Amino acid sequence: MIVLEKRPNPSRAWAFATPVLAVIATMIAGGLLFAALGKDPVLAIRTIFWDPLFGDFASYTRPQLLIKAGPLILIAVGLSFGFRAGIWNIGAEGQYILGALTGAAVGLAFYPTESRLVFPLMVAAGALGGIAWALIPALLKIRFGTNEILVSLMLVYVATNLLAYAALGPLQNPEGMGFPGSRNLSQWLAAANLELFPGTGIHWGVIAAGLAVIVAHVLLARHVFGFAVRLAGQSPRAAAFAGVSPSRLVLACMAMSGGLAGAAGLFEVTGPAGQISIDFNVGYGFTAIIVAFLGRLHPVGILLAGLLMALTYIGGEMAQLQLSLPAAAIQLFQGMLLFFLLAMDVLTQFRLRWKGAPVVPAPAAAAAPQEAS
Amino acid sequence: MKLNRRTLLASGASAATLATLGLPVRAQTEPLKVGFIYVGPIGDGGWTFQHDLGRLAVEEHFGDAVETIYQESVPEGADAERAITQMVLAGADLIFTTSFGFMDATANVAAQFPDVKFEHATGYKTADNLAVYDARFYEGRAVIGHIAGKMTKTNKIGYIGSFPIPEVIQGINSSFIHARKANPDVEMVVIWAYTWFDPAKEADAAQAMIEQGVDVILQHTDSTAPQAAAQAAGNVFTFGQASDMEAFKPVPRISSIIDNWAPYYIGRVQAAIDGTWATHSFWGGIADGEVLIGEITEAVPAEVKAEAEALRDQIAAGTYHPFTGPLNKQDGTPWLAEGQTATDEELRGLNFYVEGIAGEIPA
Amino acid sequence: MDLGGISPILLLASLMVASTPILLAALGELVVERAGVLNLGVEGMMITGAITGFATAVATGSPALGFLGAAAGGAALSVIFAVLVLWLKSNQVATGLALTLFGLGLASLIGQGYQGIRAPSTARLDIPLLSDIPALGPILFRHDWVVYLGLALVAGTWWFLSRTRAGLTLRAVGENHDAAHALGYHVLRLRFLAILFGGACAGLGGAYLSLVRVPQWTEGVTAGAGWIALAIVVFASWRPLRLLLGAWLFGGISVLQLNLQAANVPVPVEVLSMAPYLVTILVLVLISSGRGRARLAAPGSLGQPFHASR
Repeated sequence: MIVLEKRPNPSRAWAFATPVLAVIATMIAGGLLFAALGKDPVLAIRTIFWDPLFGDFASYTRPQLLIKAGPLILIAVGLSFGFRAGIWNIGAEGQYILGALTGAAVGLAFYPTESRLVFPLMVAAGALGGIAWALIPALLKIRFGTNEILVSLMLVYVATNLLAYAALGPLQNPEGMGFPGSRNLSQWLAAANLELFPGTGIHWGVIAAGLAVIVAHVLLARHVFGFAVRLAGQSPRAAAFAGVSPSRLVLACMAMSGGLAGAAGLFEVTGPAGQISIDFNVGYGFTAIIVAFLGRLHPVGILLAGLLMALTYIGGEMAQLQLSLPAAAIQLFQGMLLFFLLAMDVLTQFRLRWKGAPVVPAPAAAAAPQEAS
Repeated sequence: MKLNRRTLLASGASAATLATLGLPVRAQTEPLKVGFIYVGPIGDGGWTFQHDLGRLAVEEHFGDAVETIYQESVPEGADAERAITQMVLAGADLIFTTSFGFMDATANVAAQFPDVKFEHATGYKTADNLAVYDARFYEGRAVIGHIAGKMTKTNKIGYIGSFPIPEVIQGINSSFIHARKANPDVEMVVIWAYTWFDPAKEADAAQAMIEQGVDVILQHTDSTAPQAAAQAAGNVFTFGQASDMEAFKPVPRISSIIDNWAPYYIGRVQAAIDGTWATHSFWGGIADGEVLIGEITEAVPAEVKAEAEALRDQIAAGTYHPFTGPLNKQDGTPWLAEGQTATDEELRGLNFYVEGIAGEIPA
Repeated sequence: MDLGGISPILLLASLMVASTPILLAALGELVVERAGVLNLGVEGMMITGAITGFATAVATGSPALGFLGAAAGGAALSVIFAVLVLWLKSNQVATGLALTLFGLGLASLIGQGYQGIRAPSTARLDIPLLSDIPALGPILFRHDWVVYLGLALVAGTWWFLSRTRAGLTLRAVGENHDAAHALGYHVLRLRFLAILFGGACAGLGGAYLSLVRVPQWTEGVTAGAGWIALAIVVFASWRPLRLLLGAWLFGGISVLQLNLQAANVPVPVEVLSMAPYLVTILVLVLISSGRGRARLAAPGSLGQPFHASR
């Protein structure tokens, strides 16, 4: 019988090997799924994983990968700090919505001014909106000890209702024939999140995501904040001894994740999405949680995980178009990929041993009954 | 042709350069590729399902001369523009985008690819290569409104609205006007569900109406939940929406208003093949076969059925317009004088109830 | 207060029906969370149950077998979650979210070919004598049997958690898995059973939508009910009887606002819709801060992975 034994430190070799193994396992399982649906499995896998990168239209799809991955990476990088420190903000979806709402509201207050200041102002407002929304669970946790997982999740529901209210009420486009939704911000030059490199669609959100990865990497590796976060995650008591204030850590981590999620929302609403609409949010806040874990909470890992997710989205769309695969099959395929990636992480954290092999004795465990593993 | 497009893109030309170069003309031997962008899954049983039936009708009608592709569950927003562009890159010559929320994305992509033809449903932005199309659902609502007015015993009919947009307000007014004509004592209860599809909420809305004494329910949302609620209550009649909902025949579903896109799609694909395709703003109704009245079941008395069918035929023949004066607005101010009919422009921006409907349209 | 002729009796009756799917799903999640596991995949398990239940009912012609199939479908999907989080130690939040994605895809794949078909109808139980009691009769005793099953499960869960040894063990595992392990309890085995129960209940809740309320298979039939179930568990502060109250409140707000509209009373729909979530946050604050803190707060090991370091 195989038992798991916790590694003292995560294995670096496995950390690199497991994502590759997981992708291969997904290709096999997904291939079986596609074959069962009567499609050519090799062609389907090729369409999803290869064509967006090196296919006939790669010059269009490559930058699109960055655009799709941008918000996921931006949000996931913000979340990763809290997750490392054991602070669980799972309400990024709500902070994303609030960022878009406050940013758009501030911008629309100046409509139709043509000033270069409008867009930067909106970005600031969006980030602040996200921060404010994230500070609610943070402050409640500090003051009353409420569980931030649950409060931040509840606030997602409140945010979606606020979004519907805004799209049908105060932010509704007065020239929109009564349809729910705001003015198109991407068509108002002062507020538009413009294409930075002609023909690619790359916008400020992508740049921000890239910057976030670099800054996060530096913070984590070189800065005292990164040290505090890592220490708090490994041993809260040691962190307290080292002078890390738990309250300030909660505030900093929540504000950081909320601010980045809010900014991501603003970049989307002024760019690719263009307007506030009832279903403006498409689950980036939740997908980013998965991305953060797939990236092992490391900035570079998150960058790669975000790109991998984007690849399955865009490759999945291509497979739908070219092979008439149902959208549901792609969703199932993505689910499989996530399961394999999450499952294989066990090899990074644990060592597999045959039961009966000499185990490092732990004093307290001598009397403990055997756990059926 | 496809080869050319491929080499162009493979050599690193961006979408924008492509647009300036223009896409090469397709060879005559290749089938016309027609693409559809759907907002929901094709299995939604309602809006998207009906559009997909239209796509299947195109395949059936043209056989090998046409190849169709589609993408389902495309969110209105950030992903729409990419989905449409990818469809162009996949070689589509004619693309139908089937939800209002795709308007700006369709217009953007159409501007980049002048040689590809686009058609956007229910919107109002047009270009040389971008047409818009919609259906006069209010014509069908007039017919079922008449049946509702005749069938109610409590003199209370209900309307489950989705969102307060002109299309839905047209439907409420049209069905109310004709229910009143059929039965001067009729009153209408309107509930806004703020969703196009949420079975639990639609069932609750129907239930709430039934408890208020409503015994005929019209719905502008797509699930069959109100039908089930009506059946459970007994003695409550309903109408199928978007699809026929024939599973609930003969009661509670006594008729239906069906979106039928097949004639329009076949006609436009034919035009594209013939080279006669041109942009337009098309608003088809019963006469064009775009709006169908589903079978009126035996639960409806024969004379009511005959009246309803006569009304349908008058509308189809163009001898009667559902919005014909004298009609006042809700506050009593005159809207249409005796014999005057509403213009399309007025209807497209309709944002008020006619006289006799209680309640307010949410702002 | 005049609410425009809304009958409170009928309102309560429709509320009992409206709250049944979320009640069933929330009840399962409550047991899972009491065992110390947070499964955010409720929506995925619900919709999987909705289609497996529908398919079973159509194939067998029996709604009862359909509900059995729904429970099996929901439980089968939850096995994936259980294996990942219990034995492969994956993160519960991420795994639960992935489960929702997977479940939605799986359900619509299975559901192809079931569109437009009607499910065999589920019988209404008019409990003799009781259903004729004025006022109370129509509210309480004229529903289909699944409504009563939901209520019975609430009572059963309350009894199990508070009155049985196994229930005590389950709570101990959720409060402090290391201590429970040291006392000789099988942490993983208990959690596995709890997760299975959660999956089965979510499946039942989903099937109530596809077999009773709609009753047809359409993609997205659960329309977010699973997420509401998660909120109700928190609102109820992990207590089965309060869960009933929570389900009625959450279901009731929606029913009430639709009734007010039908009675022509203007209501700010979005404000009403967000109210229960704000109330839930308030409840969380109260139970986390007040004197009842130790008694009422979230299970101590909620969301944390367990590894027996012997």
